[in-house]
Amino acid sequence: MTMSAFTVENSFSEQQVWDWLQEIPDPEVPIVSVVDLGMIRGISIEQDAVEVAVSPTYSGCPATEVIERSIVAELQRRGVANASVKRVLSPPWTTDWISDAGKQKLRRYGIAPPVGSSSKRDLLGGPKLVPCPRCGGTQTSLVSEFGSTACKASYKCDDCLEPFEYFKCI
Amino acid sequence: MSMNQAPSRYLLRLGDNALILGQRLIEIVADGPELEEELANANFALDYLGQARMFYTYAGELENQGRTEDDFAFLRGNMEFQNLLLLEQPNGHFGDTIVRQFLFDSYYMLQLEALCECDDKRLAEIAARAVKEIRYHLRHVTQWLVRLGDGTEESHQRVQESLAWLWRYTGEMFAGDPVDDIVRDELKGPDLQVIHDEWRKDVRAALDEATLELPVDEWMQSGGREGRHTEHLGYLIAEMQYLQRAYPGASW
Repeated sequence: MTMSAFTVENSFSEQQVWDWLQEIPDPEVPIVSVVDLGMIRGISIEQDAVEVAVSPTYSGCPATEVIERSIVAELQRRGVANASVKRVLSPPWTTDWISDAGKQKLRRYGIAPPVGSSSKRDLLGGPKLVPCPRCGGTQTSLVSEFGSTACKASYKCDDCLEPFEYFKCI
Repeated sequence: MSMNQAPSRYLLRLGDNALILGQRLIEIVADGPELEEELANANFALDYLGQARMFYTYAGELENQGRTEDDFAFLRGNMEFQNLLLLEQPNGHFGDTIVRQFLFDSYYMLQLEALCECDDKRLAEIAARAVKEIRYHLRHVTQWLVRLGDGTEESHQRVQESLAWLWRYTGEMFAGDPVDDIVRDELKGPDLQVIHDEWRKDVRAALDEATLELPVDEWMQSGGREGRHTEHLGYLIAEMQYLQRAYPGASW
């Protein structure tokens, strides 16, 4: 091996890394990627090393560790020799960071995206109008503040009579 | 209590509160009064567990003796736990479970809000994450408090009794000790006197809406933070730690 092996320019750009991450699904809502969810806080590239800063969603979210492992595995698969993940708590992740594309995908998947902001007033306030992701109807009612995962509440649509999940604001 | 030990001790207490309440709630998974509450309880427990992990991990780093979150949860004896006595009380009936969490979350939310502004950056970050979850919990349990208090004659009476019973464990939340003083003075942490006043105001407002009476402050039970627990904690710890005690180092 010659010295030049250590000074080789990396063959990928930051944009490329974003594109790769765009393909890593959330393990519990696989229609959206970790980028759609706004979990990726930044990417730093230093020669052949890539460090991805990730904000966990919920304190107890069991998906966090799975996501961190899949990011490292995906980068390694793409040929990044030295891939790592840094957990960033501040500022705390909020559903306000879900991208518009992410919200569209959630809706197509049958999950109503968050409505309004995650401000304290919204969190402590009463229920909001959540349109049905299937028929677009606005006559919906809250069935349960909680759902199959920490991030969702359960609703039903009184127009089309279908139950649906709501990605709650937090 | 030296200045050096206080922050890790404080973090352990935060972790113990979250872990013990989380473990209590896990006990009623698959035993909730209805499916929706089943989901709520499991979600609450998961949030507390996640918060406990962050507090323990940080406490272990500050303590610098190589102890991990698992060591704190699974390898300490009953008397080393410093959680509030309120949180180890049995689930009782559904009204007891709701009142216990209402009294605690009303306090914990204020504590976390104050910690968001403290001088320890990492603790402030954990608090900022956790406080959003606790607001969501508090909204849910307050709704139930109102529904039960302002419900039938029987639900009103039973939840008023829950309050009367659990009230004696609330004094401990505001009785500061040197650890609290150091965190307040050196880290600009919560001032318990201020929190107590706000807590009383919030609790009174919710109880008014629920047509419940604010209990009178009488004898207040304390000792949790010195490791003097009620008889209930031992059973909880025994169940929680069984696997690591029987099969040390087991993992999957």
